Amino acid sequence: MDILLQQIINGLVLGSMYALIALGYTMVYGIIQLINFAHGEVLMFGALISWSCVGYMQTNMSYLPGWAMLLISMVIACILAAVLNYWIEKIAYQRLRNSPRLAPLITAIGMSLFLQTVAMMIWKPTYKPYPVLLPVEPHLIGGAVITTMQILILGITVVSLAAMVYLVSYTRLGRAMRATAESPNVAALMGVKPDFVISATFVIGGVLAAIAGVMWAANYGTVFHTMGFLPGLKAFTAAVFGGIGNLPGAVVGGLLLGLIEAIGSGYIGDLTGGVLGSQYTDIFAFIVLIIILTLRPSGLLGERVADRA
Amino acid sequence: MNKNITKKLAWAVGLIVLPLILQQFGNAWVRIADLTLLYIMLALGLNIVVGYAGLLDLGYVAFYAVGAFGYALLASPHLTENFPAIAAMFPQGLHISVWWAIPLSLLLAACTGVLLGIPVLKLRGDYLAIVTLGFGEIIRIFMNNLDQPVNITNGPKGIANADPVHMFGVNFAKPPTLFGFEIPSVALYFSLFIVLLLVTVLICYRLQDSRIGRAWMAIREDEIAAKAMGINTRNMKLLAFGMGASFGGVCGVMFGAFQSFVSPESFSLMESIMIVSMVVLGGLGHIPGVIVGAILLAALPEVLRYVAVPLQEMTGGRLDAAILRQLLIASAMIIVMLLRPRGLWPAPEHGKSVIRKS
Repeated sequence: MDILLQQIINGLVLGSMYALIALGYTMVYGIIQLINFAHGEVLMFGALISWSCVGYMQTNMSYLPGWAMLLISMVIACILAAVLNYWIEKIAYQRLRNSPRLAPLITAIGMSLFLQTVAMMIWKPTYKPYPVLLPVEPHLIGGAVITTMQILILGITVVSLAAMVYLVSYTRLGRAMRATAESPNVAALMGVKPDFVISATFVIGGVLAAIAGVMWAANYGTVFHTMGFLPGLKAFTAAVFGGIGNLPGAVVGGLLLGLIEAIGSGYIGDLTGGVLGSQYTDIFAFIVLIIILTLRPSGLLGERVADRA
Repeated sequence: MNKNITKKLAWAVGLIVLPLILQQFGNAWVRIADLTLLYIMLALGLNIVVGYAGLLDLGYVAFYAVGAFGYALLASPHLTENFPAIAAMFPQGLHISVWWAIPLSLLLAACTGVLLGIPVLKLRGDYLAIVTLGFGEIIRIFMNNLDQPVNITNGPKGIANADPVHMFGVNFAKPPTLFGFEIPSVALYFSLFIVLLLVTVLICYRLQDSRIGRAWMAIREDEIAAKAMGINTRNMKLLAFGMGASFGGVCGVMFGAFQSFVSPESFSLMESIMIVSMVVLGGLGHIPGVIVGAILLAALPEVLRYVAVPLQEMTGGRLDAAILRQLLIASAMIIVMLLRPRGLWPAPEHGKSVIRKS
């Protein structure tokens, strides 16, 4: 029972990070129907920038407490990641909005590769330890343990999600975003500037990715130039799981995927009598994806849309 | 007519002489040419799925892997060393002939392709891309971990000592001498791959103009309309997956025999992306375009690997050959797509392609 509770906690923490990343995917997809393959790389940049900032602060401003360093580095990472994502859209996607659909997908893949290479050049292709900034004493909850970092992750996720829901549902920009997602042309006729809305979406997505990246780095303790790939892929799975283009869907999908992975990898060894071990964790996401898309192609919360001719 | 034949002859002579010329600069260059030929074949295979039928497959390398591992298992000491039962069955060890390996891998890969095709038939565009990507990763993860509880794929270490190709009494690894002139093994592989490539190109051209090819293109342009015209879209899509996969499988066998070593590392997502980029950069659905794309992406970076050493010294190791290669591929993908979204050498658009010759 304790193991189950522990895996649920781990799953929720993992899932909330997926949810944050998935939000970026789903917003972009909702508006311009593009899988932003470079999203995972924005996360990686966020994490590496924060690593550099923390390293700088530890040598030059060591009087700062750990949580302050984490916070400051996170803010810097968010700003830079937002700028980065803004330029990714401007350079790689904007000109291709009306071209064949494969073209922006290829530039997205190219962008992702490009950013990885640039990161390799700036930070060298090594695994770097992310310093421990928060107290590591675990808290006990009914037989299971949770670290301060994990509590922080859950807290930040809840706050970011609330901010997102508020932004999309109650602000002018949010309404413009929903209108553009519905139909860019009609939205433009109503006085919405699609270019501005799309840029804003990418900026917000960049901020969310950077937050997730910093928390990912702080939670797992390493940063490296390809760290964005797997979280990015799984977060996309989560977005599809929940119904892509649908914000609550991304959150639900992320949390569920995190839970499935944590519980699955915790029990797969026992279930299969030790034949399959936890090294198969990564398979769960893909199997879930294939099953979901076969049974309910529009995702859990997605609407059924007719084929567009 | 006469002109045509001389042209073809010139091409044939050129292709036969090319490895011998390259060899003057060292066997490494012929190796690059060999691998480029393999990539061209892979790109042409993927072109059937992506270019003709319009199904974006990001897990194509899985079929390549199926072929390579299939061959490596049946033509290396790995299985007989690990399973006494198999060793007892084949006292001389497992040595499958290439003549068997090619049709077998073709079938196996085609079946895998259809198996993947069945659950993803209903999906469109981007979803399909992600699911196939996931499928490729699943295959790779299994190859990486199937060294326990029973050692089938030898895990990340890979399978070594796969047999080289034996054909017409020639062992490709032990080069024969012809008129006192030793033909190096890489040049032999070059001729084999050229023959295979020509067959592939021929099949692709015939497919393109056939009823099947036209059905694929109809599906690519508009699936609903294609269905209304009486095309069995389900079977046609499965056929595209199967066909594309079978090319991948055969390439895998060749790769396994050529390298004599296969490991899961060779079949990463990056490879899939490279092959897709070759097809898209060159020109979707256009055979000469795809070939150009494949040559550009496969050969140029390899060439750069040799040029880049001084550059590496200049930048203090920060910009080594591998990084430079990735940087160039990435920038090429972005820039070419921005400037020519339909590829470097795209297929002429339907209805606009008729240029009247007076």
